[in-house]
Amino acid sequence: MSRGVAVHWRLIPQRYNLVGTECKNCGEKFFPLRQLCPNCRRSGDVREVKYSGEGEIYSYTIVHTPSEGFEFMKPYVIGVIKLVEGPFITAQIVDCKPEDLEIGKKVELVFRKVIADGSNGIIRYGYKFKLKE
Amino acid sequence: MKMDVGIVGYGVYIPRYRIKTEEIAKVWGDDAGSIKNSLLIYEKTVPALDEDTATIAVESARNAVQHARINPKEIGSIYVGSESHPYVVKPTSTIVAAAIDAVPDMTAADYEFACKAGTAAIQTTMGLVKSGMIKYGMAVGADTSQGKPGDALEYTASAGGAAYIIGKDNLIARILDTYSYTTDTPDFWRREGQEFPSHGARFTGQPAYFKHVIEAAKEIMKRNNLKPEDFDYAVFHQPNGKFPLKAAEILGIEKKRLETGLLTPYIGNTYSGSTMLGLARILDDAVSGDRVLAVSYGSGAGSDAFIIEVTKENEKRRNSKPLKAYMDRKEYVEYSTYAKFKGKIKGVKLEKP
Repeated sequence: MSRGVAVHWRLIPQRYNLVGTECKNCGEKFFPLRQLCPNCRRSGDVREVKYSGEGEIYSYTIVHTPSEGFEFMKPYVIGVIKLVEGPFITAQIVDCKPEDLEIGKKVELVFRKVIADGSNGIIRYGYKFKLKE
Repeated sequence: MKMDVGIVGYGVYIPRYRIKTEEIAKVWGDDAGSIKNSLLIYEKTVPALDEDTATIAVESARNAVQHARINPKEIGSIYVGSESHPYVVKPTSTIVAAAIDAVPDMTAADYEFACKAGTAAIQTTMGLVKSGMIKYGMAVGADTSQGKPGDALEYTASAGGAAYIIGKDNLIARILDTYSYTTDTPDFWRREGQEFPSHGARFTGQPAYFKHVIEAAKEIMKRNNLKPEDFDYAVFHQPNGKFPLKAAEILGIEKKRLETGLLTPYIGNTYSGSTMLGLARILDDAVSGDRVLAVSYGSGAGSDAFIIEVTKENEKRRNSKPLKAYMDRKEYVEYSTYAKFKGKIKGVKLEKP
């Protein structure tokens, strides 16, 4: 089960610390990162930026029919989070009951185990969100 | 032995879920009242299915960086103590280092010494700071400990962690001295590949916990010409609620000095996190000039004792994520959910086939 180890490793800054990019020319912020600004093209000035992990629920859904590997997490929440800096992120919202959720509620970043590659593979950690207390 | 090193910042984390003693006792046919009375344990923390030692270590490490208000790139070492590292080979400390963005100009390693691996990490870090090899270092103690179903350990084995940033300047508390008492005592162990630890039942008390905690406490007080009444607070390793109270009684330390940092009755035994969380709870309240005696205990066996003196800076720069807030934020689960979260039901895993 060693497939995708390099991909995970390459994405560690993004998955652990919400590292994305912004275009210094037009000010647009990207997550996941873009290396080329779609607005400014060749005249864009794209730099790395670390997002704060603060945001609000833009939308959410409750998953009752999970993907392979996530069976024991069900029912779980997948939310679209609008970060205070602007970009939208799709992520799990944990440590809550579906009835606690509401569009517009504030959330913050947490560091959690996302999935392991079988019992012998790597453990993929990354971002999830929880309701801000 | 005066040392100009100490704590620049600290951070804590315990999971949201709890299980009550009654709920566990019900399953195994034990009398909850007598368990609560003999172990002094009311409830304990339960990690969610997506939490492990690495995630707990990262949450506490991030809180510590925020409290210390330092640039994480200035952290020169990270040592994570635990007996439940998610990997046998592959360090937890590098995960923590990446998650707080301290990489790559630093050193890191994982420690294991039953419940005292985290305080051993503090001692190592003190040495590196004192010698001038690094400016700041981080010591973490975190665990998601295991108790065999039906064993007395299941009432106490819980999850939690604390991270300390050690340095020389801007200290919220000075570490005036540290002393360790170590022997080869097989009171509690887990062999390679085994899922649950084993222990020597009553042998874990007198020749193990009490011998080491008391000897370490006595010697550090003696060599600093201090008496039990010279301390405002004391915190000992807390395998259950009873042992630290008895150790304090033997040492002649008043119960009220122990109460602030005595957390096991409400959060369980967080193993490598135990003494470090107790100390954090004290630092959340302590004021300038307060003196703390902290003594950890790790089976196998050893105790690390510390004399800590709180500075004015601790009052100026109160931790914005105190342990009390995490303790108050809780949701109870029944035994079946606990068994699922802890992977005690065969086949329950958060992994792809």
